[in-house]
Amino acid sequence: MHRALTMTRRRIVSSIPVLLIVIVGTFLLLEAAPGDAVDAYLLSLGGGDAGLVAELRQSYGLDQSIVKRLTLYVGALLQLDLGWSVAFDRPVLDLIVERLPNTLWLMGAATALAFSLGSLLGIVAGARPGSLTDRTLSIGSLALYAVPSFWLGLVLVLVFAVDLRWFPTAGIETIASGKTGLARVADIAWHLALPVSALGFIYLALFLRMMRAGMAEAWRQDFVLSARAKGLARRRIVLRYVARNALLPLVTMLGLQAAAMLGGSVVVESVFAIPGFGRLAHEAVSGRDAPLLTGIIIVSAVLVIAVNLLVDIAYALLDPRVGSGEVAP
Amino acid sequence: MSAPLAEIRGLSVSYERDDAQSFALQGVDLDIARGRRLAVIGESGSGKSTLALALAGLLAPQARIEGSIGWPGLAHPPVAGRDIGMVFQHPGGSLNPVLTIGEQVAEGAVRHLGLGWRAAKSHALALLEWVRIPDPQAALRAYPHQFSGGQRQRIAIAAAIAARPGLLIADEPTSALDMVVQAEIVALLDDLVREAGMTLVFITHDIALASALADDIAVFQRARLVEKGAAHAVLAQPAHAYTKHLLAAQIDFSTPRLIDGVADA
Repeated sequence: MHRALTMTRRRIVSSIPVLLIVIVGTFLLLEAAPGDAVDAYLLSLGGGDAGLVAELRQSYGLDQSIVKRLTLYVGALLQLDLGWSVAFDRPVLDLIVERLPNTLWLMGAATALAFSLGSLLGIVAGARPGSLTDRTLSIGSLALYAVPSFWLGLVLVLVFAVDLRWFPTAGIETIASGKTGLARVADIAWHLALPVSALGFIYLALFLRMMRAGMAEAWRQDFVLSARAKGLARRRIVLRYVARNALLPLVTMLGLQAAAMLGGSVVVESVFAIPGFGRLAHEAVSGRDAPLLTGIIIVSAVLVIAVNLLVDIAYALLDPRVGSGEVAP
Repeated sequence: MSAPLAEIRGLSVSYERDDAQSFALQGVDLDIARGRRLAVIGESGSGKSTLALALAGLLAPQARIEGSIGWPGLAHPPVAGRDIGMVFQHPGGSLNPVLTIGEQVAEGAVRHLGLGWRAAKSHALALLEWVRIPDPQAALRAYPHQFSGGQRQRIAIAAAIAARPGLLIADEPTSALDMVVQAEIVALLDDLVREAGMTLVFITHDIALASALADDIAVFQRARLVEKGAAHAVLAQPAHAYTKHLLAAQIDFSTPRLIDGVADA
């Protein structure tokens, strides 16, 4: 437990410069892109004269120097002020707080589904490498992995929402249903079933294959031979010796996948019309909304750093060698 | 003399390799006497480790086995772990890195002696004490990487004998360790055989180690058993050319210098 605490402290400190780089980098990147919010606004108006342009730029503060604006922005960030969204005409923080939970539910449930079912099936496949079960699961997972998530989403909608009418086609909850408490949770879960499956099943294949490969390698380790020499039950050898050791790289993968899933959720949110974080990012880009986009990227960065911190803690708890100073991770 | 613990008759183990039979053991006849220490000597690839795996019934499924291994003293075929304990060459790799020492030493007792985990852990504590692990109480909750190579091999021995098997097979248990630690492990195995009345099969390429420990010696060369007998007889009057060669190749303080060092010049 002590190792995990020391590591957590070290990781939190080291994530500060990472965050700083993300903030400055994003700011400069958006600065380098041609066009700004005023251009987008004028486009939607159908044009305007030079006086209006200058006036708008001044009111948005876009006439100031880069350094001045960056300092102002970072200063505001420190007070948790993410700025003002020009496209929505609302505070960026409000938008993010409104949209983020939907995506977190989607991602969290999809990750839980992919990791638990994926590693479980991976253990079944890896228990007897080369068996018929193993080959069936490996080929099946490869086929699943080759399917794009938007296509899987559309097929799920066609079959389970349009034909069978078991699930709604889109949205995060029934509009104006007036449901509260558990009824509302059930309603959201019902709406999320298909998008979670679409997003989760793709990654499930990844975890399955990784678990299976890790187990195939673990079978060749000396400690598995010594477990067999001890005459242990096969079940114990598979779970405590083979799968337990193959689980470690899977946990690392979990952290990496969380970031990829944040990107993948844009597609799934579009297919299922879920007002989430991914779609907010899309809307920010099309509206040339630099403050909103910067805010989204920073919050994403914080999210990814937080997930990786959790993964590192989980890893330290699972692998006694990590953080003991003797073996580098 | 009582009936031997194991009677190996015409044992051959082969593998299919590129449509050709490749023999790891060929036509081996050997008795393992109860309560004695047998050293199995031979160079790498001579089939001595295959013999260990064959005795414990741990050969790979694709191995083709001919001949027989009889166990006159046992009413049933031997069960790995309960009737035969094994210690391997690499003490680092033969322990599971993510399980506590306590669990790894105790699990054999849980499996074969029908003990509950609590009772098995106190049994494990006694075993760790017996193999002279410092602070065995703390060791129960520690992990393999926290111990030195020699200590890990002691732990592996404790785990191998947890279910009190009658036969302990040590497959090059000291090859990965330095000389001083080697001597300690050999002394420990020696104590074990004396105190617990176990039978020991000690596999090694080190003929000096074999002569220090063994009652009987069996010499393997290229999958065949070329010489067997009481240790003093084999060492004093080797009958087979290969045994003579092994003895002659032994380097000790009486060996003439192979290289003229700078210090002599």
